[in-house]
Amino acid sequence: MSTRITTEDAIRASGNRALIGYLPVGFPDLETSIEAAVAIAEAGCTAIELGVPYSDPGMDGPVIQAATQSTLERGFRLDELFDAVAAITARTSAPVLVMTYWNPVLRHGVDRFAERLAAAGGAGLITPDLTPENAADWLAAAERHDLDRVFLAAPSSSDARIDRAIEASRGFVYTVSTMGTTGARTDVDDAARALADRIAARAAATGREALRCVGLGVSTGAQVRDVLDYADGAIVGSALVRALGAGGVPAVRELAASLAAGTLDRGPADAATTPVSSSTVSSGTVSSSPQKDASA
Amino acid sequence: MNAQADRGAPLREHRGPWFGGYGGVFMPEPLMAAIDELAACYEACKADPGFQAEFARLSRDYTGRPSMLTEATRLSEQAGARILLKREDLNHTGSHKINNVLGQALVAQRLGKTRLIAETGAGQHGVATATAAALFGMECVIYMGEVDTERQALNVARMRLLGADVVPVTSGSRTLKDAINEGLRDWVANVDSTHYLMGTVAGPHPFPEMVRDFHRAIGEEAREQTIALTGGLPDAVLACVGGGSNAMGIFHAFLDDADVRLIGLEAAGDGAGTERHALSIGRGEPGLLHGMRTYMLQDDDGQTLESHSISAGLDYPGVGPEHAWLHDIGRAEYEPVSDAEAMEAFLALTRAEGIIPAIESAHAVAGALRLAREQPGSTLLVSLSGRGDKDVATAGRWFDVLDEDARQQ
Repeated sequence: MSTRITTEDAIRASGNRALIGYLPVGFPDLETSIEAAVAIAEAGCTAIELGVPYSDPGMDGPVIQAATQSTLERGFRLDELFDAVAAITARTSAPVLVMTYWNPVLRHGVDRFAERLAAAGGAGLITPDLTPENAADWLAAAERHDLDRVFLAAPSSSDARIDRAIEASRGFVYTVSTMGTTGARTDVDDAARALADRIAARAAATGREALRCVGLGVSTGAQVRDVLDYADGAIVGSALVRALGAGGVPAVRELAASLAAGTLDRGPADAATTPVSSSTVSSGTVSSSPQKDASA
Repeated sequence: MNAQADRGAPLREHRGPWFGGYGGVFMPEPLMAAIDELAACYEACKADPGFQAEFARLSRDYTGRPSMLTEATRLSEQAGARILLKREDLNHTGSHKINNVLGQALVAQRLGKTRLIAETGAGQHGVATATAAALFGMECVIYMGEVDTERQALNVARMRLLGADVVPVTSGSRTLKDAINEGLRDWVANVDSTHYLMGTVAGPHPFPEMVRDFHRAIGEEAREQTIALTGGLPDAVLACVGGGSNAMGIFHAFLDDADVRLIGLEAAGDGAGTERHALSIGRGEPGLLHGMRTYMLQDDDGQTLESHSISAGLDYPGVGPEHAWLHDIGRAEYEPVSDAEAMEAFLALTRAEGIIPAIESAHAVAGALRLAREQPGSTLLVSLSGRGDKDVATAGRWFDVLDEDARQQ
């Protein structure tokens, strides 16, 4: 059992150049999904986002939908999630955040879910269809069990809604890059940079800290590098899921390594003069390599 | 959760976002701005006499409102009760769906949207939306489960003729709930230009309240017409319930008439005792679906279960939150009607009155025939929410009246 590091500390330890890899639990089977999560942590992911397959995944594009649907069709049960979190956290120190639509948590019991997640070594939850105004029960449970809660901010969010996401979030603010669903895109919208800047400005204006990790559409090392120009982390999902589906654990490990190359500094000359983008977070040490898990 | 605050207030004055503990807004953050904008716009529309006048004009001159109330004399004789049919089947496009569609198209126009998207099950809401898009000169995309495009092929053709792009949805159970998911995904990506035209009293606030309001005329007219015809209120009002829009529309005017029973008929598919049904209230439990908290079919892990019904329009594993609340407070009753009972009623009405109902509406007729046996002599107001032209192929197969050629099509 490795010592647990908080999500915020892990992002800071990466020099605010975090790579967060998403994979659905149980895809293509439970064992492989655990191996894949460990592999991407070893290959340079700062944190793991483990998705819970759900019957009505409104925020997911075709690649993740197909993967989670096949997982449900083979009979996925929620208990597998807690087993997987325990198995992954036993083998890597990278924080494991669970991405879940809200009804499975509600059905399981919010506090019971939080308790089991914490017991398994999970870091917290990312909740795509639970906004802070509906999250009172979850925020209380997260407090009780010392779990991260990651809420979304979108290009369409008002300042007031961004303020609320910053206030309610712990871990980071999920910075939705583009108005759409998950899925690889050739260009990550300019909207992402604008939103990351707005979140930083709102955090500064309200005297809070906000780590901003950008997700939706990021699929290559070059895009990771672009995103890390202005954000504290890049989240990659569909590209990893596609690699896992097509080439298994070796393929997903290879892709994670090439994505992690995007977290490296651009070179000694740049590194000396390029400040960490966010002025509102305490800058960690700018490391010359991606954060490695203890076993790597 | 304003049930307590509203205790004592007329039920008819109840509004979203919460109906008791049901309803709310459970949507991904990227859509919250659009939902807030829609809610604010609808509030403005409600207060605007110009909007209301335009809606009334379209309802009269385009839809053909008020719809008739027909006394089903021969069916009444056979059933032993006085059965009155509220003829939403005679509206333009053939069902009640047009009421809501015209209202929301006006709201969309006011929001500056140029593109309408919608989900459809039986195709009636898709046809109505495609019709409104043609009338308003808007672009239109209809999401329809692949299973439903097969069983409602004629409606698919109607939508295409009207200029809509019909997208068969191949994810999940390939029926109405998955069409809604796909519509919501489209909305997230195109929210600046696009209005999501929810077809029932479900989804996040303001949809349940807004869609109900656009259908309120059904009950208001039927209440007056029933009084004019019979000199009093009906003993019961019956309507089929999938998402529940025609039922909310006709129930609403009677909510504070305590002596009038309100009975929603849910689709029991193979039967209430089987696992193949669409009994969201009868067999479901509270949970989250499509942005609302309501009764829904789900397993122990909170995964939505697939519903089953011969009627595509009732094949939905959730129900509008106001119905969930009316059920809990005991104001409305929800009863199951199986495929077989619905088809028996379909044929009974067709043969007795020369009115072919939509299979959805046949569930309400079945409920009335059942209640007539329990309470002979009572006056029963039935929402005949749609006509059955679209269901002729399904009914033809059910009753085995198709020629060999037609069977192969």
